[in-house]
Amino acid sequence: MENNMVNIYLFGKKYEVPENLTIMSAMEYAGYQLVRGCGCRNGFCGACATIYRIMGKRELKTCLACQTKVEDNMYIATLPFFPLVKQAYDIEKIPTTEAVMMQLYPEIYACIGCNACTKSCTQGLNVMQYIAYAQRGEFDKCAEESFDCVMCGVCSARCPAGISHPQVAMLARRINGKYLAPGSEHLNKRVKEIENGDFKELIEALMEKPIEELKELYNTREIEK
Amino acid sequence: MYSEKLQASLRLVEEAREQNIIFEPDRMSAKQKEELLLTYHPDYKADEFDTLKIGPNKGERVPKELCAILQAHSRINANSVDLTKPDYDTDVLIIGGGGAGSAAAIEANEAGAKVMIVTKLRIGDSNTIMAEGGIQAADKENDSPAIHFIDAFGGGHFAAKRELLSKLVCDAPEAIKWLSNLGVEFDKEKDGTMITTHGGGTSRKRMHAAKDYSGAEIMRTLRDEVFNRQIPVIDFTSAIELILDEEGKAAGAVLMNMETKELLVARAKTVIIATGGAGRMHYQGFPTSNHYGATADGLVLGYRVGARLLYAETLQYHPTGVAYPEQIFGALVTEKVRSLGAKLINKNGEVFMHPLETRDVAAASIIRECNERGNGVETDSSLGVWLDTPMIEKIGGEGTIEKRIPAMMRMFGKYGIDIRKEPILVYPTLHYQNGGLDITPDGMTTNVKNLFVAGEAVGGIHGKNRLMGNSLLDIIVFGRSAGINAAEIAKNTTVGRLTLEHVDRFEKEISEAGIKTELRSPKLLPNYTNKKDI
Repeated sequence: MENNMVNIYLFGKKYEVPENLTIMSAMEYAGYQLVRGCGCRNGFCGACATIYRIMGKRELKTCLACQTKVEDNMYIATLPFFPLVKQAYDIEKIPTTEAVMMQLYPEIYACIGCNACTKSCTQGLNVMQYIAYAQRGEFDKCAEESFDCVMCGVCSARCPAGISHPQVAMLARRINGKYLAPGSEHLNKRVKEIENGDFKELIEALMEKPIEELKELYNTREIEK
Repeated sequence: MYSEKLQASLRLVEEAREQNIIFEPDRMSAKQKEELLLTYHPDYKADEFDTLKIGPNKGERVPKELCAILQAHSRINANSVDLTKPDYDTDVLIIGGGGAGSAAAIEANEAGAKVMIVTKLRIGDSNTIMAEGGIQAADKENDSPAIHFIDAFGGGHFAAKRELLSKLVCDAPEAIKWLSNLGVEFDKEKDGTMITTHGGGTSRKRMHAAKDYSGAEIMRTLRDEVFNRQIPVIDFTSAIELILDEEGKAAGAVLMNMETKELLVARAKTVIIATGGAGRMHYQGFPTSNHYGATADGLVLGYRVGARLLYAETLQYHPTGVAYPEQIFGALVTEKVRSLGAKLINKNGEVFMHPLETRDVAAASIIRECNERGNGVETDSSLGVWLDTPMIEKIGGEGTIEKRIPAMMRMFGKYGIDIRKEPILVYPTLHYQNGGLDITPDGMTTNVKNLFVAGEAVGGIHGKNRLMGNSLLDIIVFGRSAGINAAEIAKNTTVGRLTLEHVDRFEKEISEAGIKTELRSPKLLPNYTNKKDI
């Protein structure tokens, strides 16, 4: 099937590319051998944050280059790196209340509520909301709201208050995962049993068994419904 | 959103949905599986393999593309690199910034070693971050490491090195605990019980997950911890050749800045290869679910210093890569979609297999359905079968998809496909390198001293096929232990005079074996540009 061609402008320079390509593959079609701005190519790593505007329109849009199709008259600039603030901390020693945010990321309290972060999120997350949760020390809610973040940094690029939203959320999720979420009794129990050597004999027996016996065990094993 | 051409088949899927949900397809017998694999699995296509003429695995067969890079020229002229003034001097050098490398770095740092990571893209650009479905650990009452062992050993065709596999399953619960303590958010019930599901070939529900961002959640947490510990991460810098010392111990690497091409030398007491997989080699022309840098670099680096490979001829083709839309062709559709109840359906609306066979069997079965049996759905550019995602909402209740597999919903949603209401089209995609460098349980290669390997670059943990959820597990278990052991051995290591003599030696072997090649390796990145070479 023949593809229709569209015009795109990579960093202002015009290229003609097939309309069915993503921005990332359009760049490669144009001849770019990517080193920066390309990671998983599947929307999980946040390497390919991109800003674009359609000629004649006012709105500046943001996306992941690997997850977005080109459009005719698209002006494209990639944002392969953005200088986020990442504070170092000791996860074993930090407070689990809003005090930690005041200490490490006090700029979140300078949020002016413009919502530019949310509007720019390449994952469609409610970024300003999760920052609000972080301000109030509601880290479980911040964790849930921010969970799908790929840390591309576009929100921070648009923020007039200089907030590094992805790092704030990262901190909240780690606090939630480590301290606030309920512990798993069955996990702790199993770890102890293994330390005790409770399974040692069973495993050692498997190490010695002839292959034929192991095949029999495998082929006749009971499968939980 | 599906074209008119696909609508007719789609309607058959919809009409049969209620019945297909109830229908319990049989699992295949051992004999049926064997025949299926021999006929349809890509690993058994003899003409896609070449025999290695040099190196420790001389005489063994590996995929053509791998054979070519294993027997290619070095990127450097050994005499032109000055080894006497290293740019970096460290105890533990970790090559690769994915899950295994990061876990190793954290543990080596914890053990008090001076450690650094070099990675050719950014830390986190890895297959780890793209792993969706989950991580196995036998931590429930009805389960045990022994049952986990049997599942994995059988699923891997009884070929795993037992001492590696037993370490994997016995250290699994502790690995989950370690991750939890770092702050990884696993899916849990209100009382803290882990929400666990089946994967293909598991006999107990032991798949722990963080929605369908399991790998991303693990990777970003490990990365955050690496930064917290202020471990140096030299990014956009690839290792292009290992350095040995005069005793033949691994003692560093020649590095190349990916942007400026500047060469640098790192000296180290121990080296950990954590370079990941090979999907971007596109074996047999398959698309891949792997990240941009998955080009088997570690296998090349190791092979050139004489480290042995194990099962390098076995690759994993994930049964459910995206077949449509073409913009995301080959991208991963997590096995969790089937764990949650979606079945595989052919163009006539029929369930043609049990959805939770092991990956190699499922992939071969889909290939057979589309080819010999002619029951594949034809899109504009490929064939595929339906994966009936709306079943998940019927079985688990409305909202299940958004809660449990939001990444899948988003990925297809961007192309106008609502997977809650419409099924998706899938076909196998190159997913995992089952084989790799041969190691002992401490993580060191079997024949090169002070050279450790962790993660996908290892061979032998999983045998000839890996179960879902055992690779996120292996990067943590073997990553951590490589870090600990490499740090320990570094304490009593004195590095002798550095040498690249092995590069010259290898070059001589290439020429003596009569191999004619222009290729240089490691490959580092695939070339997808449209321009012709000048």
